[in-house]
Amino acid sequence: MAATPSAKAASGTSPGATPVTATPSSIRRTTTPEVLTGAQAIVRSLEKLEVETVFGLPGGTILPTYDPLFETDKIRHILVRHEQGAGHAAEGYAAASGKLGVCIATSGPGATNLITALADAHMDSVPVLAITGQQSSKLLGTDAFQEADIVGMTMPVTKHSFLVTRAEDIPEAIINAHHIATTGRPGPVLVDITKDAQTGTAPFVWPEEPQLPGYRPVLKPHAKQIREAARLISEAQRPVFYIGGGVIRSQAEKELLKLAEATKIPVATTLMARGAFPDSHPQHLGMPGMHGSVPAVTSFQKSDLLIAIGARFDDRVTGNLDSFAPNAKVIHADIDPAEIGKNREVEVAIVGDAREVLSEMLVELKGKFPKALEREREPWWRFIDRLKTTYPLGYSSHGELCDPQYVISRISALTGPEAVYAAGVGQHQMWAAQFVEFERPKSWLNSGGLGTMGYSVPAAMGAKVAEPDRVVWAIDGDGCFQMTNQELATCALNNIPIKVAIINNSSLGMVRQWQTLFYDGRYSNTDLNTGHETIRIPDFVKLAEAYGCEALRVDRNEDVDSAIEKALSINDRPVVLDFTVPPDAMVWPMVAAGVSNDEIEYARGVRPEFDGEGDEQAEEQIIAEAGAEEDGTVRSVAQIEGGLE
Amino acid sequence: MNSRHTLSVLVENKPGVLARLTGLIARRGFNIHSLAVGVTEHEGLSRITVVVDVEDVPLEQVTKQLNKLVNVIKIVELEAESSVRRAHVIYKVKANASTRPQVASAVDMFRAKIVDVSTDSVSVEVTGEQGKVDALRDVLEPFGIKEIVQSGMVAIGRGSKSITDRALRG
Repeated sequence: MAATPSAKAASGTSPGATPVTATPSSIRRTTTPEVLTGAQAIVRSLEKLEVETVFGLPGGTILPTYDPLFETDKIRHILVRHEQGAGHAAEGYAAASGKLGVCIATSGPGATNLITALADAHMDSVPVLAITGQQSSKLLGTDAFQEADIVGMTMPVTKHSFLVTRAEDIPEAIINAHHIATTGRPGPVLVDITKDAQTGTAPFVWPEEPQLPGYRPVLKPHAKQIREAARLISEAQRPVFYIGGGVIRSQAEKELLKLAEATKIPVATTLMARGAFPDSHPQHLGMPGMHGSVPAVTSFQKSDLLIAIGARFDDRVTGNLDSFAPNAKVIHADIDPAEIGKNREVEVAIVGDAREVLSEMLVELKGKFPKALEREREPWWRFIDRLKTTYPLGYSSHGELCDPQYVISRISALTGPEAVYAAGVGQHQMWAAQFVEFERPKSWLNSGGLGTMGYSVPAAMGAKVAEPDRVVWAIDGDGCFQMTNQELATCALNNIPIKVAIINNSSLGMVRQWQTLFYDGRYSNTDLNTGHETIRIPDFVKLAEAYGCEALRVDRNEDVDSAIEKALSINDRPVVLDFTVPPDAMVWPMVAAGVSNDEIEYARGVRPEFDGEGDEQAEEQIIAEAGAEEDGTVRSVAQIEGGLE
Repeated sequence: MNSRHTLSVLVENKPGVLARLTGLIARRGFNIHSLAVGVTEHEGLSRITVVVDVEDVPLEQVTKQLNKLVNVIKIVELEAESSVRRAHVIYKVKANASTRPQVASAVDMFRAKIVDVSTDSVSVEVTGEQGKVDALRDVLEPFGIKEIVQSGMVAIGRGSKSITDRALRG
């Protein structure tokens, strides 16, 4: 182990010892490079990368950088009220626009406050660049004021990180960080820059391209794997597309639509992929998983071929892995080879960018398996359509207060699909994923992997900055809202007129739901006292007004539309709507944690009746009919293949 | 042992790269059996030889995850049959005037070497595969082993090929 510190010293000091791999031949020196301070080099590098917006909050060790930042007219710096807000705003900016999100913080607590957002971006593959100040290199390791080993702390939750101690290393670190964050499977990259690197000077040399010998993401899928996938698709009787967030990150929605329509295969979009395929499309099944739709969950269970694109077989989708999609072969395409086969064994592994994978699959099917595109998949669709009509999304009313599902479906209906919807984490997030009608990608932002309460308001802020012409809704819970609502000040002061809908059930609703279902209704520490007939601490209307926002409380379904319309009419300041909803409303359907997806409950105690007499017959019929179709198809495939040999 | 695998990892010689690698292995819950780090024939590249206790399927996940580390250039698993592996061990053994000849004869049989002698002990260095150094230990044990220090296992593929020509694993 002792070899590394000495090796480190060797690579860091004399130019002669600079690693060969890190000496880019492509660095072209202009005749006389301008000498800049490290701080100026940071700002210049961001300008070179066409970064237009950064979210941040200054402090001692990043102070030098805030001086040139004050001068530039190419970069808008938005001063947040808490660094976590800067991190989630950068995520929201990135997720809504597809561009890199950038946040800046000082060392120590400034940097540690970013960690949640970095971990969030890591789980959800969001391209984020975090720049943090660091104590001077001479003080590193001495427990100096506001010193924190942020590179060490964030190693497990970043795609990569750099510690920069010399001014001359800044441009290369930033171009490399940008490249890593935005290519391959996107993710957060941290660049920690010591104060003396910022105050030091060096000729500004901008590398023509990033120099990363160990980083080569594979974008182009292997032709043989595509062939094999196409063959499985042509043979399958009950195929389903299992679409994950990778399709949104790679902007592959058009290719997905084409392939799905050509093959007539049903499509399920995960929590991270809502909007990758239009909800209104007849082939769309909804969301799979713990709170997924009955058609999506059940079609996976009954499928003989799962075509997973940019998805990662998360436990919230699969439930108990051993009984997940038990009869299905799996085609798994992902840009990250480590995701393939991680949780579920696959028949065909495809490493590549979702867009290329989808378009090449269609080319292959058209060219080599044209019969597969002529099939109507009638028995399979008959089964699925019956599920869709028998088990649509729904809810039952809980009395006089607003119904949360009603509120969210009205927000969606009155605002439309061009808006951006950012949710927190919990019941309101699931209801939003279910009841907002998504028609386009990048319209749904949420914390899917990490499950970060407090994501919504700052993410909506970032989205509104990235897409100022779109209406941006933060659909939040009363618990989540109290974690990051300080960013309403940032919104109000910087003309970022987001709209916040608090689904206020006066409790930590999802935890409460589990207490109802699994802990005999013992509501340990889930009551927040923010709702109807409580002392309302805080009073969200007063709180929002104190932050310079327009605020309204809505207690009844009949007032929901007028409140939403009012919110939509105000564009000079943020609006907060406090929708009072009953704490007993629950999210359905539900598959309890760790159990088989076959155990899905449509509503409390209500299982879809596949094992009932009528359904059993229907199911047998499907299998029989599918089998009959199978005979014909297998023959035709064999003929096609024979023709190829 | 079936679950013991030797990985040769070619890395950029950058600060923190060892921490990234060992941190990742630890996070996945695998035990690092031995670790050796050193320079290579390429300036700027280091080679880490890590022996991990892990079954085949999780090993594949570990190598895939390691491959995602930006500073990792290449990973090769070195199989026992097709590689030479060596560890270097020094044993400090109790040995007085009467037992010293017996210790010396054991040392000779193993082609090991006495590198330090005092009135009541000798220090013995041995280089070899894990089996050999363990066998010498068993032989020396009855005399009384006072101290053991062992290097990490290093391993190199047999034949003329270099790790830089080899196909990437995982």
